[in-house]
Amino acid sequence: MKKILILFSHPKYEKSRANSILVDQIKDKEGVTFIDLYERYPDFHIDVPKEKELLKEHDVIIWHHPFYWFSCPPLMKQWIDMVLEFGWAYGPNADALQDKICLNVITTGGSKEIYCSKGTNGFTVNQFLRPFEQTANSCGMSYLPPFAVMGTHHLSKEALADYANQYSKLIELLQQDFTIENCAERFFLNDIPELKTS
Amino acid sequence: MTGSLLFQAIIFLAGAIICVSIAKRLGLSSVIGYLLSGVLIGPYVLGFIGNEGEDILHFAEFGVVMMLFLIGLEIEPKNFWNMRKTIIGMGGIQVGGTMLFSYFLFTLLGLEWKVALVISMAVALSSTAIAMQTIKEKGLMKTTFGTSSFSILLFQDIIVIFMLGFIPLLANTDGSTSTENHGNTNSLLEQLPLGFQTLAILLSVILIIVAGKFLIVPMLRKVAKTEVRELLIAAAFLIVFGISFLMEFVGISPALGAFLGGVVLSNSEFKHELESTLEPFKNLLLGLFFMAVGASINFIVIANNPLKIGGLLIAIILIKALVLFITGQIFKLKLDQKLLLTFSLAQIGEFAFVLLSFASGLHILEQDQMDMMLVITALSMSITPIISIINERFILPKIGTKESIKRPMDHIAKSQKIILVGFGHFGSTIGRFLRSHGVEATILDHDSNRVDFLRKMGFEVYYGDATRLDLLESAGIAEAKIVICATNKISVSKAIGKIIKDKYPHVEFMIRTKNRYDAYELLNLGNEHVYRESLETSLTLAKDVLSKMGYRKYTLSKQVKNFIKYDEDSLRRLSSEAKDEENYIFKARIELAQQEKFLNEDLKRGIVEYDKHWDSEFIRKSLKKVQKK
Repeated sequence: MKKILILFSHPKYEKSRANSILVDQIKDKEGVTFIDLYERYPDFHIDVPKEKELLKEHDVIIWHHPFYWFSCPPLMKQWIDMVLEFGWAYGPNADALQDKICLNVITTGGSKEIYCSKGTNGFTVNQFLRPFEQTANSCGMSYLPPFAVMGTHHLSKEALADYANQYSKLIELLQQDFTIENCAERFFLNDIPELKTS
Repeated sequence: MTGSLLFQAIIFLAGAIICVSIAKRLGLSSVIGYLLSGVLIGPYVLGFIGNEGEDILHFAEFGVVMMLFLIGLEIEPKNFWNMRKTIIGMGGIQVGGTMLFSYFLFTLLGLEWKVALVISMAVALSSTAIAMQTIKEKGLMKTTFGTSSFSILLFQDIIVIFMLGFIPLLANTDGSTSTENHGNTNSLLEQLPLGFQTLAILLSVILIIVAGKFLIVPMLRKVAKTEVRELLIAAAFLIVFGISFLMEFVGISPALGAFLGGVVLSNSEFKHELESTLEPFKNLLLGLFFMAVGASINFIVIANNPLKIGGLLIAIILIKALVLFITGQIFKLKLDQKLLLTFSLAQIGEFAFVLLSFASGLHILEQDQMDMMLVITALSMSITPIISIINERFILPKIGTKESIKRPMDHIAKSQKIILVGFGHFGSTIGRFLRSHGVEATILDHDSNRVDFLRKMGFEVYYGDATRLDLLESAGIAEAKIVICATNKISVSKAIGKIIKDKYPHVEFMIRTKNRYDAYELLNLGNEHVYRESLETSLTLAKDVLSKMGYRKYTLSKQVKNFIKYDEDSLRRLSSEAKDEENYIFKARIELAQQEKFLNEDLKRGIVEYDKHWDSEFIRKSLKKVQKK
């Protein structure tokens, strides 16, 4: 069974309905290490050696965060800047993260329709996530399409619960031998048949 | 008898106050004022004092002794080593050159070689008092001219010791004459054969060094522990007088001993405290010394031989100026700096009085030779300010560079100084944090135990009362950028704040305060940077409590920042209000009332929340409102 590290990053978690439901569903699962970065580093002073140790111990890295101004919260960017060091995560002979699986789990206020070439946001979520994709690639990780919960402002409690169940299933899938080949060029991990709720 | 003593004291003090005030008003050095008042009250003009002048001269020599002690304190062996090239180079050329030229001059005039040698020694010395005072008054200490002058004067102060040690070797040892004047002084030296005299000098020097380390510093520490300030003043005097007595007992210059004592103590934590304690006494006694000198100028000598004295005066000043100019040339000083150096050190200094009377006591000089040289020395000092004015007003402007062009010293870091007052728990945290970032602060503390301990730990700590202007000045407040007051005594903070506002407004003053009320008081006095020691710590505690109650840490740490901002704003708003409270005596009641006011305000405001970013609840609510419309 693969070990999963969820790096959760939300400056106002206590005010987030969607993320509360999502996190509650997965944080206590077996084989999952759930890290709330804003609780752990309220002053942005990241303990880099400790974070590197955590990364080493896990096979799947999940960046779980809300999508705000088309990017991640500042502490997560800080985490990327500080922890993924040259000579360790990337650069010549740096292979600490080699072949690990990496993905973004995001929530967006805006709906799927807004995020496309004809929508108000002009680009797809995947296009906005390019920096994360390339970060993972640079570190030799295999980057999966995102799992996205979109239009959260208008989602009903039931719909959110449904997403939470999908997230839970996704975690179980990732703990098995799920690779990029299994995604069959899907846009979102939400779309893979295995997550369909009956 | 008592009446006449009091009368004399009144004459001296009144003379000093009147003449120095006038001299200062005319833009002249205070030294001139003292000399002039000495002349006026002396036997040749108003005749208030007659032969007593000599006794007073003897007493006033303590001024010179103290000055040398203080100069000794200035010379930390480390600093001395750093400046060794300029001190020995420039000083050596200046003293050597001047002695050589004036020796030729005086032998040409037909004087005996011993006499010519002693006189040329005296001529080689410049006036530390006049030159340093002018340099400091004009703020030129950091120019190349300033450092060059300081180096040369320092070299002279050191070389004078050797001169004083050397002069007895020139003495005519007929025996009969030499005991005549000094029969009733307890001078060991004069009873010894020549070789033993040098040995006695060496022994007493060693004695001072050893006593300084193992007797004086431990004694000062014991005295400092009593925390009675007068005792420390008494101790400072005891050191100076003790050393002087020892030196006089051996029969050499007390100034030599004082200088050595100063050097020995320059590395101790009491350096600044001793400096600031003795400084006022030194100045007053030096003033007395100058007055006594003025009083002893023999105008009959001038009247008898005006041409000879005038000629010699001009010749000596020309020789000194020439040598100084050449010295500046060798050390590649710019023309303006060179001219300043040339004209400000061209006089004969106060040590000439010491040397000449010493040599006269040993019967090397005749009375008339000594009188003549004393007159020339006093005159040369008196015309220095006039020469300087001519140089500044007429010569310097012509060569295109002004004296106000200041060159920065080599080590700029020193001018960015930080002074830290109080090295207790609060101050030490600041000091350690600064130090770990390579920022050294000059630390002042009033606890001699702590000072002692910290010095062992390698901190630059000085013992002393930081509310005194002179101590702050000797700690370098004039060049400082920031003064941190980490003591919890508001009286100290207020006193330092006042000094900074009055004298050094460019210095930033950052103050630790115990509580809100102290902060009010300091803010109302116009201090900007007030740091309440309890604020952050109590909020850290409260934050941790709320975290244990289930609040998120990031939210709490932002709330703490918000609360501090809100509280600082209200502190500043309310500081003026607090002053209006008439019943300041019922502090406890006012405090309670105010606390209640704050708490009610806080309750009304609810959680201190300024930002809506990342708040999906807020966004959802707003969206619903829009949809309803």
